[in-house]
Amino acid sequence: MNFSLTEEQTALKDSIGKFLERDYTFDDRWKVIRSPEGWSREHWNQLAEIGLMALPVAEADGGLGGGVVDTMVVMEQIGKGLVLEPYLGCVVLPAALIKAAAGTEEAQRTSLSEGLASGETLYAFAHTEPGQRYERASVALAATPQGDGYVLSGKKISVLGGDCADVLIVSAKVPGDTEASLFVVPATAAGVTRHAYPMQDAQRGADIQFSNVTVGADALLGARGKAQAAIDYALDVACAALCAEAVGAMTELQKITIEYLKTRKQFGRALGTNQALQHRAVDMLMHVEMSRSMALEAAVSVDNPDAAARAKAISGAKTLVSQACRFVGQNAVQLHGGIGVTHELNTSHYFKRLTMISVTFGDGDWHLARYGDALLHAA
Amino acid sequence: MDLRYSPEQQIFEKEVREFTRENLDPNVARKVLEGCRLEREDFLSWHRALHKKGWVGVGWPKEFGGTGWDATQQHIFDEVTADAGAPQLIPFGLRMVAPVIMNFGNKAQQDYHLPKILSGENWWCQGYSEPGSGSDLASLKCKAERVGDHYIVNGQKTWTTLGQHADWIFCLVRTSSDGRQQEGISFLLIDMKTPGITVRPIIMLDQEHEVNEVWFDDVKVPVENRVGEENKGWTYAKFLLSHERTGIAGVGRCKRIVKRLQNVAKKALANGKPLIEDVRFRDRLAQVEIDLRALEITLLRVLDAEREKRQPGPEASLLKIKGSEIQQVLTELTMMAAGPAALPYVREGDNGAPDVEWLSDEAFRYATGHYFNFRKTSIYGGSNEIQRNIITQLVLGL
Repeated sequence: MNFSLTEEQTALKDSIGKFLERDYTFDDRWKVIRSPEGWSREHWNQLAEIGLMALPVAEADGGLGGGVVDTMVVMEQIGKGLVLEPYLGCVVLPAALIKAAAGTEEAQRTSLSEGLASGETLYAFAHTEPGQRYERASVALAATPQGDGYVLSGKKISVLGGDCADVLIVSAKVPGDTEASLFVVPATAAGVTRHAYPMQDAQRGADIQFSNVTVGADALLGARGKAQAAIDYALDVACAALCAEAVGAMTELQKITIEYLKTRKQFGRALGTNQALQHRAVDMLMHVEMSRSMALEAAVSVDNPDAAARAKAISGAKTLVSQACRFVGQNAVQLHGGIGVTHELNTSHYFKRLTMISVTFGDGDWHLARYGDALLHAA
Repeated sequence: MDLRYSPEQQIFEKEVREFTRENLDPNVARKVLEGCRLEREDFLSWHRALHKKGWVGVGWPKEFGGTGWDATQQHIFDEVTADAGAPQLIPFGLRMVAPVIMNFGNKAQQDYHLPKILSGENWWCQGYSEPGSGSDLASLKCKAERVGDHYIVNGQKTWTTLGQHADWIFCLVRTSSDGRQQEGISFLLIDMKTPGITVRPIIMLDQEHEVNEVWFDDVKVPVENRVGEENKGWTYAKFLLSHERTGIAGVGRCKRIVKRLQNVAKKALANGKPLIEDVRFRDRLAQVEIDLRALEITLLRVLDAEREKRQPGPEASLLKIKGSEIQQVLTELTMMAAGPAALPYVREGDNGAPDVEWLSDEAFRYATGHYFNFRKTSIYGGSNEIQRNIITQLVLGL
């Protein structure tokens, strides 16, 4: 048992920390929010220089071969700085998907990984559909065989990084197959229409319509009709990453709130002298620390070869962290009072990001049910 | 970063498991697993078995006859023995007064008391709380007046857990009323056989005799039974409380209860279907398991910090609050699983069988009693609200 970061991990954490201090102040971030793209290519390149894009890609595929704990370290910093650049959507998630779906097909893996690792090609995973909610296997977008290839028709929604991705990895179902397949589709392909929008937390996303999009057989990522395991794996990786991001954001929000309780005066004394508020702040701290423990659990469980054990651990973590996101976010706002519900203070920005994390790739209830299913099946 | 046990730790885990299987009295294990009341001898038979093996001084340094185990080994020991149904080692001697004697006692006190604590020859109980001093412990009034080579102790202690079995009591007494109230407290070791001591049972809401009142009426205590300096007892008292921090979460016991609850939920039927298929119950069970896992990892983080001699972080202070809350949820869930079987008040008959015949499922026999009994966990050891005050001051700095 060991809870320490390696020297490399500490160095990684520090370099992102420096980037945040130097180039990612609250004012810098506002500028990015107000830009047309809603994220900054310059920041992206800076993060690529630190090695973030290459981190989750295997060395054999041109990456740095980082592990899940490295991703955790990065995501915690991203949460701390409320980074808008689509690292989760365009790096962590597609890297896991490519690794799991392409598997031993080296040529395909390497060709897709190259642009991802350099930060030059942005990928996004187009999976969520209207009416699907969080059910991962419920894919309706049709991939109809035609000649050597397929024709894709259907709609994807709330695609993280879908606004800016160069290449989309699309889940689709070939009629008659029981499981989904994955297709690699250039975002500029004929028949692909994107409706990009800002999310509630100022990150960007898109709905993407596929109208008779023709792709070749080589667009298939992995085997046809056998993508569910890869989809589950990649979404579990994303959930673990979200847990770590939440811990970074919560820790910062907790700190900001305590500072405010110390400085804000009412009735001639600091707010923090009131026991009702003190105890609320302690409860927030407990949620943060329990979340930190479960983010660790998620990180070390994500590569467990036993998929059922992995699912249980990830869903346990995402349940607890989603609940904590709500509790810490809501109470940070409450303890701030009126100023907490304004746009001008970063408190509300943390609150919004934490809220989005709590409903991304399964909310607390969905993951609690998934954990409960594991109990039922063990019975 | 790795949450798994190392190969050495796995070997240790196996060794503890095997030892427990061979040395834990099956009848005692049955009583623990079924939640029966334990007699003095039930605790002591396990204590003596461990002592023979040299495993009773968990957390003690080797020089005093301790196991010398690191924090992770202690956790493994706790988890494995709890899972097998071993009774909890009574903490008052081993985990509470012993560290105080080791750190602040003199050589004579160490030589006399520590071996008898290790062997189980002397059973200790705790004289802290008083009727007027609960959370506000430093306001205690039990008085010790110096007369020659003795203190004359007068007053009352309360909530004395298992004091009916005790041979010795460690007591916080007032030796001065000058200055701050914390500065007039001394720490005395008192033989329970001393004339003038009366132990009276307090029957708790589950109708069990677990705690007592202890009365002191002109009790003569030799001055050499004072630990450390006169009027410095508060320092030792606080040391004792903080020393106990990691044990109080009760993670090992909670894991055992969860396991039992899982089994119960598979067996208990409603309309012919097991309870685990009821989504509302399943959600509650899943939630408490998740919370317990988070607590366990938090505990491991604290133990790891202690191993590396880093200052325990804020997480250490959270263990008591979270641990007691989870224990309470587990007893509540067990009572809910019992359904209508939660209603009868069951006594053990002379033959060990319950006097309500249809309540044959041992898992439910004491479910409600335990639910009532476990309300204590958020009150004792410094109530959870006091813990929040401590965290407010020491961690948040408010």
